[in-house]
Amino acid sequence: MNEKVSERWPAIRFTVNGEIREVKTPPMKRLLDVLREELHLTGTKEGCGEGECGSCSVRMNGELVNSCLVPVLQAEGAEVQTVEGLATNGVLHPIQEAFLKCGGAQCGICTPGMLMATAQLLERNPHPEMAEIREGLAGNLCRCTGFMRIFESVVQAATEKPAAESEEVQHAR
Amino acid sequence: MRGNAEAHELIAPGNLGAVLELLAAEPGKWTPIAGGTEVMVAFSAGRLISPKLVSLWGIPDLRLIEIRSDHIAIGAGATFLELRNHPAIAEDLPLLAKAACWIGSIANQSRATLGGNLVNGSPAADSSPALLAYDAEIEIISVRGSRRVPYSEFHLGYKRNILAPDELLYAIHLPRRFRGHRQYLRKVGTRRAMAIAKVALGATVLLENGVMKEVRLGAASLAPYPARMKATEVALQGQRLTHETAQAARRALIGEVKPIDDIRSTAEYRKRVAVNLLEEFLGELSRGGAAD
Repeated sequence: MNEKVSERWPAIRFTVNGEIREVKTPPMKRLLDVLREELHLTGTKEGCGEGECGSCSVRMNGELVNSCLVPVLQAEGAEVQTVEGLATNGVLHPIQEAFLKCGGAQCGICTPGMLMATAQLLERNPHPEMAEIREGLAGNLCRCTGFMRIFESVVQAATEKPAAESEEVQHAR
Repeated sequence: MRGNAEAHELIAPGNLGAVLELLAAEPGKWTPIAGGTEVMVAFSAGRLISPKLVSLWGIPDLRLIEIRSDHIAIGAGATFLELRNHPAIAEDLPLLAKAACWIGSIANQSRATLGGNLVNGSPAADSSPALLAYDAEIEIISVRGSRRVPYSEFHLGYKRNILAPDELLYAIHLPRRFRGHRQYLRKVGTRRAMAIAKVALGATVLLENGVMKEVRLGAASLAPYPARMKATEVALQGQRLTHETAQAARRALIGEVKPIDDIRSTAEYRKRVAVNLLEEFLGELSRGGAAD
């Protein structure tokens, strides 16, 4: 997009992983595309583009959303968290560690969405039952793992201590 | 992705008055978008025709859930996540809380709104059978004022409703008189999560000394739009739970449903499952269940 075209669009500001970002882009552009193409945060993936597969899951103002269904104008003023916002200072989040440990990731396309859905679930419900895990991740499709290892990863993450306190994480560095 | 973001204008006035002014100034020219779970799907597929969209997301008046003495008022922009987490809705309107959990996934429920579900007008709408069984009224607003209409009169045909081009669905009002009623709601879909209903049936009835009163049956995917099963209600109304009553209700239901063959199911299957759901409901009633 050249300078002249981008000036056609009003500035839209929101926070991504704690940083204030501003884009000048068509207001109907999908949050997914803005994250990937304009902010170069390509961790968030596109799968179906219609809210069925959850690959593009991010958190917006503390709720899990499909970023393919959010016109970027509706993110104005919001706090958005993407998969890039999980690790802190190069230390993986306990959920990420749990997915590594339990084999919860294979090809990786669904993984960012799975991680964000898990983060959402565990924030609301730190010790979910299996039925609650299945419901929390019902909107995230995986074609590799058969889901069992993903569910095991969530169980593992729910039993892990936060990264800063976990010796295992420190040891792995 | 086939949608072109530059081909669509989207504005967010941020308050209800400004939205209504816009709809009044150019009736029919602006398409409201709330959580985007329908509109953005159409957009991505290149099926969104409207060049002008107005965002309702985050407008405070549309998100209120108010517990009043005789009814609960739910803003059309309340999300299904808000509905399923609301203690008063769980207590007074358990069928609606249950239906809210049917909507897609958590990521869909955090964005999809009750008003959007109704205005979208899918015959399979998840919230509709519960709203019909609860005698919901809808409140419609425009710069000309507001009006209240029974929800059962909202849909006119497949994806057609009574909203004038300058009107907006504002709130859904649900009476708080169902705690003593027997209640039933079941959806039959391909799988538990994410699936769109092949058939769904909601029911409420007041049982007094074995006699059925205030019978309400709401169905999804049995007609071009979500609808009350009024002939079946009449067959049950004022009757005792006997084999003959059940037979009469069954005949009435078969006579009034208008299911179709489509990608999700067949008319024949839908008809049979509708009867099965009715019989399940009546069976639960006769065993003293269906308290839900």
